[in-house]
Amino acid sequence: MSVVIYGVGLLAACMLVGVILGDLLGQLIGVQANVGGVGIAMLLLLWATNSSHFKPLLAPPTATGITFWSAMYIPIVVAMAAKQNVLAAVSSGWLALLAGVAAVAVSFAMIPLLSRLGRQTHDQS
Amino acid sequence: MNTVVALLEKNALITAFVIVALLLATSNWLAARLFRGQIHGSAIAISLGLLLAYWGGVSTGGSNGLADVSFFSGLGVLGGAMFRDFAIVATAFGADLDALKRAGWVGALSVVLGVGLSFAVGAVVAVAFGFSDAVSISTIGAGAATYIVGPVTGTALGADSAVIALSVAAGLVKAILVMVATPLVASRIGLDNPQSALIYGGLMGTTSGVAAGLAATDPKLVPYGAMTATFYTGVGCLLAPSLLYLLVLFLQRLF
Repeated sequence: MSVVIYGVGLLAACMLVGVILGDLLGQLIGVQANVGGVGIAMLLLLWATNSSHFKPLLAPPTATGITFWSAMYIPIVVAMAAKQNVLAAVSSGWLALLAGVAAVAVSFAMIPLLSRLGRQTHDQS
Repeated sequence: MNTVVALLEKNALITAFVIVALLLATSNWLAARLFRGQIHGSAIAISLGLLLAYWGGVSTGGSNGLADVSFFSGLGVLGGAMFRDFAIVATAFGADLDALKRAGWVGALSVVLGVGLSFAVGAVVAVAFGFSDAVSISTIGAGAATYIVGPVTGTALGADSAVIALSVAAGLVKAILVMVATPLVASRIGLDNPQSALIYGGLMGTTSGVAAGLAATDPKLVPYGAMTATFYTGVGCLLAPSLLYLLVLFLQRLF
């Protein structure tokens, strides 16, 4: 017996547990922020969907409860773009503009370097 | 007519579904006709969304872009952190666990390096603009990490509220630039596989920027970039007011 809401429920449970653990982790190291809650939730979902305990739950209709939200990702991101405070970013003056632009440029430049580092050590192992 | 508008506002989230669907349909049409597939439809939709957000900010004076216009208020719910994070978690379904394991350490390294780099760049810009106290320099540096790390650091160190506002603005500029620039530079920086996506998420760190940047580049890479990016703000809030602030103090003594 598989039902769409089981998939949605599993996804939601993973997110809630992840966010709670991320918050606890933040409190543990003493920062006022959620540390990787969403990342932990993603790992939980990966674990759950690969585990044999949940196999019967993941027949096609149940999985639709997860794949639907995965497919809604781009529309949600478009809505997110439309609610950004673009006005504040554009009219914030030179200091904020320069700091933001320079941080992005330097970070972009680092990607090829780190990628090469990752590939090298992988080839060795 | 008034009752129609009132009904649409009352069903704001449903209205938002229609608006985003129309926005994406227009963008996909533009991508196929005007840009002949050179640019992703989602990249155009995100850019249009940002333009509309600018217009929303100008016309309402609010801080939530288009979502402050009452007719479009559902966009605030649909595009809010709750649905964003829910959809990000969903993208992990079907992700390659081995790719994550293999690049795990480089991903972790990229988060720490990303926080340090952005902080350093922001701090240098702050000094160049005449800031000389370690608290302000660190707060602006933290803002260059993300617009959450900035105010958290500023509050912890007791920074001036004008400086905290600057740090938020720097983080906003970063997030929006990452959204727009990622698809443009993706091929040049080799952003086309899970490993480089993990590194990209760790270096950029802004969850919204990374989420939109990868959506506009290649949606298959989303789970990898999002995974590392979600650790960034936490690591930033840990390092910026402590280790990185002490480093600024130390450098100040030297010069």
